[in-house]
Amino acid sequence: MSSLGELRKSRELLVNLTMRDVRSRYKRTVLGNVWSLVNPLAAMLIYTLVFGFFLKITPKPGDPSGLNVFALWLLCGLLPWTFLSGGIGVGMSALLNNANLVLKVYLPRSVLVASAVLALGVTFAIEMGVLSGVILAFGSNVLLHVPIALFFMVLLALFAMGLGLGLSVANVYFRDTQHFIAIFLQIWFYLTPILYPLTYVQDKQDLLAKQGHHIPMVLLFKLNPAEHFVTAFRNLLYDNKLPTLADTAACLLSATVAMVIGAWVFRTYEGRLAEEL
Amino acid sequence: MSEPAVVVENVSKRFRMYRDRNQSLKQTVLQRRRAKYDDYWALRDVSFEIPQGTTFGLIGENGSGKSTMLKCIARILRPDEGSIRTRGTLAALLELGSGFHPELSGRENVYLNGAILGLTRKDIDRRFDEIVDFSGIEQFIDQPVKNYSTGMYVRLGFSVAINVDPDILLVDEVLAVGDAAFQQKCLEKFNDYRRDGKTVVLVSHAMGTLRTMCDDIVWIEKGRQIESGASPEATIDEYLDRGHEERTVDESGATRWGTGEAQVGAVEIIDAGGQQTSLVHTGDDVIVRLHWVAHERVERPVFGLGIETVEGVVVTSTSTRGVAGVPDVLTPGASFVDFRLPKLMLLPGAYDLQVSLTDHTMVHTYDFLRHSLRFDVESGTPREVGGIVSLGGSWHGPPSDVTPKPVPPSVTRGA
Repeated sequence: MSSLGELRKSRELLVNLTMRDVRSRYKRTVLGNVWSLVNPLAAMLIYTLVFGFFLKITPKPGDPSGLNVFALWLLCGLLPWTFLSGGIGVGMSALLNNANLVLKVYLPRSVLVASAVLALGVTFAIEMGVLSGVILAFGSNVLLHVPIALFFMVLLALFAMGLGLGLSVANVYFRDTQHFIAIFLQIWFYLTPILYPLTYVQDKQDLLAKQGHHIPMVLLFKLNPAEHFVTAFRNLLYDNKLPTLADTAACLLSATVAMVIGAWVFRTYEGRLAEEL
Repeated sequence: MSEPAVVVENVSKRFRMYRDRNQSLKQTVLQRRRAKYDDYWALRDVSFEIPQGTTFGLIGENGSGKSTMLKCIARILRPDEGSIRTRGTLAALLELGSGFHPELSGRENVYLNGAILGLTRKDIDRRFDEIVDFSGIEQFIDQPVKNYSTGMYVRLGFSVAINVDPDILLVDEVLAVGDAAFQQKCLEKFNDYRRDGKTVVLVSHAMGTLRTMCDDIVWIEKGRQIESGASPEATIDEYLDRGHEERTVDESGATRWGTGEAQVGAVEIIDAGGQQTSLVHTGDDVIVRLHWVAHERVERPVFGLGIETVEGVVVTSTSTRGVAGVPDVLTPGASFVDFRLPKLMLLPGAYDLQVSLTDHTMVHTYDFLRHSLRFDVESGTPREVGGIVSLGGSWHGPPSDVTPKPVPPSVTRGA
């Protein structure tokens, strides 16, 4: 069979498996797909209450959009993060969850990881669509930036997929992986400026510098790929402007590196999957 | 037909037998390695070729490595040594309904399962009716499959898999699904496959099925290929006999095993005139005479007699268990027992006799002879069109005092 035919079939399989996940996720629930919006809404409410109201975290108003709504500012960072961490999670456990397929049928196994991430991507796209609608209702015309946001969503999906690919085989060999990653994701979440703006880190760094402690905290924060994604999405949707070239490059680079390494790890350890599962 | 469909060259597959398996990182770090393991060679240097358009059987005892071989051909496992080349598309029936999602409907699952097995959406659209028709569950096709009975589930899975229509089909013990009617349909489908020149690789313990279906057979034992007779028939016979250690093959080609306290001697067919023969006619009055030799006293012996076609289809098997008139004790010496067939209902063909001598539980075998005698049946009365046996029925028109009512043909469809 030509590799082109193989690719076409994989694509069909990818679509089918993605649809399986999407269709079955909210089967037998009364609210159905509404659930996919309830979750981020609940998270937004509680974070807004704690961080926006009690702790009074005040990000700068959107420039040039002029938006000054903590909940919207939060969601612009929270939704991509939720997708990233969720994508890593489902991608990582895709092989274990589909053990029966790995053991009994031949199929390109990477499709299992990719479809799990993509199925979550469908939810992510809906959430982002609703968010764009709300921002629009608040008077900021984001429509022009939606296609660019889509491009960044694809990059984010590739980033999550690359990590998922690598971690999924690791998880087959060591079941510790998923527990370790759960903790890691929690730390990663708080070390990414999602609940607070990066300017707070800058302020702290300046304060410490005055006391004689020179710690390049902002630089360290900038080493985190998720920071660039969050910043890019906030630029596009909240501020209503294009992300900086540096952020764009960082997103592109991290997606590429994650995919290359993830695919390499996957291909190297894929051979004995059926035995190790 | 020129190039083989599957070429297996010096394939070896090693499994790791973990002594204290740990899948946790802590132990790995502490012990500086993942786990202690022994190598276990599930396959060792196996080579064979499967020509296009043939049906090929893999036999062996449980754990012999035949399923591992099949999984290697299916690319689920990767051989550690050697290579496997396949030509054409390939589908494996290792488990039916793999990837069915219980919450989704039968229809959705057909598309999903089809895609997993390598079909495109267009392919499935075209074959959808055929698939549903074959499964025989039209009325439930929009129900979630979690509500299906096991039989329905398996039938739908099989229908999708068989309609994938690959060039090479790998089948592992899944023929034994569904009810008799469905099994019949499956066998017909396999025959269609063979007729269309597709290659089928079967793993099965159903020797009867293999005997009738396979053009060639490879026998795997403890991961190694056993070189055996040229014909698949011979290989199967040898395999079946192998479980019995002290078997011997006597000069007539019969195989025997057993503990030998008493043995069956010659087996004879005696015609109505009292003459020994190996050619009889349908309808003849014949006697099958089993001579026996007892080397020591044997209590409550049971003589067994089986008649098989040369293809291995068992026509009948019978025994003296609970039958009056046969000796209750064999004392050292020799004699015989007769099995009388007042009217031999076998239709023309060649048949083999198997005889056995066991204790009354029929578990302990004193002696067993496979192919102890081959004899031919030629046509006699009744004369019938085809088959193995005559059931002695007869044809009649309506009695003269009955006026037949017209009955239109009713259309029935197979379930």
